[in-house]
Amino acid sequence: MSAPAELPTDQAPRPSWREHPVARVAGIAVRHPAVIPLGAVIVAVLIGGVIIVAAGLDPITAYAAVISGALDPDSLDYTFSVWAFICGMALAAAIPLRMGEFNLGGNGQLVLGGLAAALVAGQLDLPAILSVPVALIAAAVLAGSFGAISAPLATKFNIPIIISTLLLSPIAIALVSYLVRFQLGEEGSAVAQTERFPDEAQMWSIGNLSYTNVGLVVIVLLMIAFWLVDSRTAVGFELRVVGANRRFGSYGGVRVGRLAIGAMAASGAVAGIVGAIIVLSSPYRLIDGALLSPGYTFAGLAAALLAGGRPALIPVTAILFTVLQVGGASMERSADVPRQLSDVLQGVVIIVLALRTVIESRRSGGKGAA
Amino acid sequence: MHLFELSFIAAVLLAATPVLYASLAGAISAQVGVFNIALEGQMLWGAFAAVVGSFYTGSAWAGVLIAVISTAVFSITLAVGAAWWKADPIVIAIGVNLFALGITGFLMRVLFDVSGSFSPRGLVGLEKMRFLADIPVIGPIFAGQTLLVPLALVLIVAVGLWLKFTPRGLRLRGVGEHPDAAASLGINVSRYQFWVTIAAGALCGFAGAQLSLGNVTVFTENMTAGRGWIAVAAVMLVAGRPLWLPLACLGFGAAEALGFRLQGIGAPQQLTDAAPYAITILVLVATRIRLPARFRRRSLRPTPSTESIS
Repeated sequence: MSAPAELPTDQAPRPSWREHPVARVAGIAVRHPAVIPLGAVIVAVLIGGVIIVAAGLDPITAYAAVISGALDPDSLDYTFSVWAFICGMALAAAIPLRMGEFNLGGNGQLVLGGLAAALVAGQLDLPAILSVPVALIAAAVLAGSFGAISAPLATKFNIPIIISTLLLSPIAIALVSYLVRFQLGEEGSAVAQTERFPDEAQMWSIGNLSYTNVGLVVIVLLMIAFWLVDSRTAVGFELRVVGANRRFGSYGGVRVGRLAIGAMAASGAVAGIVGAIIVLSSPYRLIDGALLSPGYTFAGLAAALLAGGRPALIPVTAILFTVLQVGGASMERSADVPRQLSDVLQGVVIIVLALRTVIESRRSGGKGAA
Repeated sequence: MHLFELSFIAAVLLAATPVLYASLAGAISAQVGVFNIALEGQMLWGAFAAVVGSFYTGSAWAGVLIAVISTAVFSITLAVGAAWWKADPIVIAIGVNLFALGITGFLMRVLFDVSGSFSPRGLVGLEKMRFLADIPVIGPIFAGQTLLVPLALVLIVAVGLWLKFTPRGLRLRGVGEHPDAAASLGINVSRYQFWVTIAAGALCGFAGAQLSLGNVTVFTENMTAGRGWIAVAAVMLVAGRPLWLPLACLGFGAAEALGFRLQGIGAPQQLTDAAPYAITILVLVATRIRLPARFRRRSLRPTPSTESIS
C-alpha cells in the first residue's frame, strides 16, 4: 500500500481519527437506534429555523404557531383525521420498504381507491350497513390490483418497482380526473366533483365529531394487522429477509415473485382504502385533485422512512408530519411564514435520513452499505 | 400543409427541450451508476433561479448562468451523498424533490410576496433566433426558439460521442458498468460519480432556464409539472445511452404537442397527460420482451439495495 493518503479511493484506509478516544465515545453514543431519527428531526428543525431567520422572520413564533395550530383543542378532531391519513399512506409505503422496494405510485392508488368508493357510494343503492364495507373492499381490490401490476413488471420485464409505480401513477390520476370531469361529474357544477353521496353511503361517524370517523379505526386496525404480520408470521419474516438480501432470500426458498405481488397488492390496497375513507368523509364527494393536494402520499413516505419501515414506529413518526401539515396553515396565518416551509422540512428530514449511512458505516465499522 | 408540418416540428422541439437537458443529466448519471430521480426538483430549482437571476440582473443570459451554477451547487447534496457517502440516491432524490418544491414556493412568497406564479413587469425572457427567419426549413423550425434549443441537441451529440470515443468517456462508462473493475484499474470511482452528478445538476439548470425563460417568461409553483419524471422515463427507455435520447424525448414532445392540438378539437386533456407515461411503460415492456437476454444486463439498475427483482 504505497498510495498516499491524500488520494482517497473507494477503498481508502479508515481515517486515524476514528481511533481517537473522543470519537470512540461518540461512536458508542451514536449507536442508540433513536439517535438517527431524532437527529434527522433536530437537523431539519434547525435548518428550517435558519431559513426562517434568513427570510427575516421569527422562528420561535413560527414553530410555536405550528405546534399550537396542530394541537388546538378546537381542531384536534381535524388533526386526528390527518394523522390517520398520513399513517395510512405511511403504511402503504412501509410494506414494500420492508422488502427494499419503493412504492412511488401512492397517488395513483389513492385516487383509484377514491374512485372505487365513489362508484359504490354514488351508483349502488346499498343499505347503510353494507355500503361502507363494500366501498372499502372495492377500493382495496381496485387499488390493490393496480399496485400488484408492478410486481410482475419487475420480475418478468425487469422494470424496477420504483419506476413502474412512478409511471403507472400519472395514468391512474389522469383516468380518474377524466371520469370525474366528463362522466361522473355533478351536472351544472362549476367544480369537477361527483354528487354528494346519500347519507347511507357516508363513513360512519364517531359521536358528533365532524372529521374523525370510523375510518381512523380502520386505519389503526390495518396498522395493527401489518405489525402482527411483520413480527409474528412467516410472510413478514420472508419480507424482511428479502429486504435484507434478495439472493439469500430466494436461495432460502422464498418465492420472491409471489411475495412481491402480495406486498405490492397490500400496499396498493392500503392506499386505496385511505382514498376511499377520504372520499366517504366530509364533504362526501369525489373532487378532482382534492385527494392529492394535501400531499398525504409523500408525508406518509417520509413518515415510513423516518420509522425505517418498522410498523410500531409509524404512528409516532406520523405525528411529526401531521403537526407540520396541520400546523403549517396556522404558521402562515399567525407568524406570516409561508406554509411551503412544511415541504422544505419534510425534504430535509428525508435527505438527512438518507445520509445516515455515514453514521451506520461507523457503527458497523466498515464502509458504507450502499 | 408544408408550413403546418414545420410549425409542428417547432412545437415538438419546444416541448422536448427541457426534457432533453434533464434526460441528458439523467443519462450521464446512469452511466456512472447513480440512479438520479432528483431531475424534477433540480429542474424546478433551475427554473426558479433563472427567473430570479433574470429579474435582478435584467439579463436573461445572466439568469441562465445563475440557474446553471446554482443548480450545480444545489446538486451537491446528491453528489456527496451518492458518490462519497454511498447513501441511497433514490431516498436523497425524494427528499431533494420535496425540498425544491417547498423552497421555491417559500422563496417566491418571501422575496416577491406572491404565491402561485411570478412574472413581474420587466422580466426578460431569452431572445428568439429571429435572424434565422429567412432561411428555408431551418427558419420556420428554429426562428421562434431560443439558442438553448439547438444547444441541447449539440450537447447530447457531443456528450454521446465523447462517452463513446474518448478514453475518459470509456472510464466513465466503466464506472457505471463495473465499479470494482474500474477501481482496480486505478480509476477513482467516487470522483467520477461526484463530478458527473454535479454536471447533471448544471444540465438541469439549463432545463429549468429553458422552461421558465424560453418556453414562457414566468415562474409558477411546481412549473416542471412532471417533466423531470418524463426525463427519468426517457433515460429508462434508452438505457442511459445519450445518443438515443433525442428519439425518446422528441417522441414525448410530439405527444405533448399533439395533445395541445387534440385539445383544440375537444379531446380531453387527461388523455394526453397520460400518454408519455403509457408510451414509456408499453415500450419498456415491449423492448424487454424482444431484447435477447444478454442485452438485459445492460439495462439500468438502481443501487443494489433497491435492485429490481430478478
